[in-house]
Amino acid sequence: MASGFSAYLRRDLLLAYRRRGEAASPLIFFVMVSTLIPLGITPESARLAEIAPGIIWVMALLATLLSTDSLFASDYQDGSLEQLLISPQLLAMPVLGKITAHWMVTGLPLTLASPLLGLMLSLPAEGYVPMMASLAIGTACLSLVGSVGAALTVSLRKGGLLLSLLVMPLYMPVIIFGSATVQSAIDGFAWFGPLAILGAMLAAAIALCPLAAAGALRLTSIN
Amino acid sequence: MNWLTNWSPSWQWFHRLGSPRWFYQTTGRWLPWLSLLALALLGTGLVWGLGFAPQDAKQGNSFRIIYLHVPASFLALAGYYIMAIAGAVGLIWKMKLSYMVMKSAAPIGAVLTFLALFTGAVWGKPTWGTYWVWDARITSMLILLFLYLGVLALQYAFQSNEAGNKASAILALVGTVNIPIIYKSVDWWYTLHQPATIKLTSAPSMHPDMFQPLLVMILGFYCFYVVALFLFTRAEILRRERKTTWVKELVLGEPQS
Repeated sequence: MASGFSAYLRRDLLLAYRRRGEAASPLIFFVMVSTLIPLGITPESARLAEIAPGIIWVMALLATLLSTDSLFASDYQDGSLEQLLISPQLLAMPVLGKITAHWMVTGLPLTLASPLLGLMLSLPAEGYVPMMASLAIGTACLSLVGSVGAALTVSLRKGGLLLSLLVMPLYMPVIIFGSATVQSAIDGFAWFGPLAILGAMLAAAIALCPLAAAGALRLTSIN
Repeated sequence: MNWLTNWSPSWQWFHRLGSPRWFYQTTGRWLPWLSLLALALLGTGLVWGLGFAPQDAKQGNSFRIIYLHVPASFLALAGYYIMAIAGAVGLIWKMKLSYMVMKSAAPIGAVLTFLALFTGAVWGKPTWGTYWVWDARITSMLILLFLYLGVLALQYAFQSNEAGNKASAILALVGTVNIPIIYKSVDWWYTLHQPATIKLTSAPSMHPDMFQPLLVMILGFYCFYVVALFLFTRAEILRRERKTTWVKELVLGEPQS
């Protein structure tokens, strides 16, 4: 069971490494859109600092959302998804491997790049550690939840926009607690509470989302 | 139908439910009575609530929109569970009828959720002085509307009914798991933001004179919901079963040899 997980994790990481340009685009998107905020709202650092936690979180969510589309797409197109479906192992484990690889390629770089954005949006100093912690856990949740949507829409030709309609409502708890973690740290409150709830969501998502995504792949990709 | 008799009678109704034809004929018999009941309840409730219930001490007559707002919100929430349960029944027992019920429940629920939001906004203007507030309950109703729209969009995105059924059933179930999480987090988010200037006027106990028409309206809305669900499902049955002989006979009005 674990071998299915590690095999697909390694495979997807290798594929992402060979298509580095594609893998970098969520990150570039994340940085680029965040520069629109000072241009569109205000370059004043006091007002930017006020909205920085929310902005960074919204951008991270959108960047993850944009890349979720490709989670199963190339496997579906070249037929390897079908091979995976008829293989005699529990489908959820390879799916979890793919999701983990997806997070390592999108969520993790976003987390590592977020201090840079914090600096640009003049995030107060207390916010950095909570921001990185909440982004690391929260983007993993987003990848997991997004995988269900990606599995549901994989066989559709124009699934991308539909996918965002499906998973955006499911993302809302994550963004609430993600930005609450950063906000409460900035306001000088204990920020471990919202972070712990994010962790609980992640635990639930790890347990349930691969199963739901595997079920969705089985039911909808053969049509 | 021999295989049916082998089953214990307590399960017969369940297997009959799987037959669209049986559902179509039975609901056809029930519909006139149900519609009458819904009309009577809604008529009584509206006249009683809008015309005869006492005015609210603070809000005057504007509170009377409660007689539409609360029942619509009730059914918007209950409708999601009806949709999700129908989807689950379809996934587990592979009943085509329950997928049709699920598909029919989605637009009705979306419209009711919109109605609840709309009447809430209309009510908010005289009471709070604004159409829209990011209140916890309003926000979660808005998210519920998004969930409904997602199920609807997914249903229509697939070419084949089969795949669309299963996909939207899974999405409805995932949404069901998420609804309590969403509600709790929105609640939490709201208390964190602490606006506290405006609160939903939740009188702990309504006066019975106001409450009784509301109860009638809620019952009326339930009946109306069932009628609407039956009508949508019957239309869906005719559409999907159009190749079968019984539908042809029904529509063309003559037995085909």
